[in-house]
Amino acid sequence: MRMELIQPFINAADAVLADSLECPTSIGSLSMEEEAYRRKGVAALIAVTGDIEGRIIFDVDPHTAMRVASRFAGEELPKSEELMRETVCELANQVIGNAVTSLNDQGFRFRVHPPEVHTSEKGDKSSEDTEALVISIETSKGKVFMNVAMRYNQAHEQQAAVTRG
Amino acid sequence: MEQFAPVKKKDGQPVRYLVVDDSVFARKNLARMIESFGGQLAGEAGDGCTAITEYDRTTPDIVLMDITMPQMEGIEAAERIVRTHPNARIVMVSSVGYQDNIVAALQRGARHFVQKPVKPEVLYEVIKYVMGEDAAVTTAAGAGS
Repeated sequence: MRMELIQPFINAADAVLADSLECPTSIGSLSMEEEAYRRKGVAALIAVTGDIEGRIIFDVDPHTAMRVASRFAGEELPKSEELMRETVCELANQVIGNAVTSLNDQGFRFRVHPPEVHTSEKGDKSSEDTEALVISIETSKGKVFMNVAMRYNQAHEQQAAVTRG
Repeated sequence: MEQFAPVKKKDGQPVRYLVVDDSVFARKNLARMIESFGGQLAGEAGDGCTAITEYDRTTPDIVLMDITMPQMEGIEAAERIVRTHPNARIVMVSSVGYQDNIVAALQRGARHFVQKPVKPEVLYEVIKYVMGEDAAVTTAAGAGS
């Protein structure tokens, strides 16, 4: 997977998480995932279609999700599965939306679909043409993982080539 | 959350908001900001279709509308509301802030655009701008300024 597709997601996650958690963040590790994705905490999946297509899984430690929810509520909230899912979906929406905005400015056109809660313990295996990159983001309030599996849409690329002549 | 000088309508009544977002979490966050601006939550909706019926039911002063939602997206809902209510004040609130999206929303009747994550001070300024002369910033005692 090309780094030019990944960097906007890393930048957006860094900015949104730093703002949401009010703490510094750092990129912990980047690794290619060959096996099926294993959910680590509360996860949301967002699909992207268009010039680039694929999906992003945003996976947050439950404790971290509750900290974000409490910060936005302005008070300490009791642990709630539903609230954690809502929080992770909205965080995913903000990160992916900001990344897509940046990619759009580079000329890519696509549509972001509403986030869905990712409940499976294991996801689909990545394939040769849609490798998944797992990015670990370290914060003082817990770990966040982002699993990005995207590729250039070949039909769109061919159409663009025809248009270019 | 920071408290802002209340923005009230000319008659001294609080500005009434309809908040449209498929995320309950995002709606609650916006509702808190509205409260800190001295506003009142007139209604909530989780998709574009419900937004249209809630607008007719509550006739809010301002709609805060997400874009990416199930069933009907925010830009289409905004267009339909403005078609029926040409004076509707709709502010799009979305994480997807690229120019095509902003232009499409403004062309279809939205008055402004705020990118998520929403900063209260940014939304506050947008609300004042969109309300224009129909509202004023008041002191805590309620006198206009």
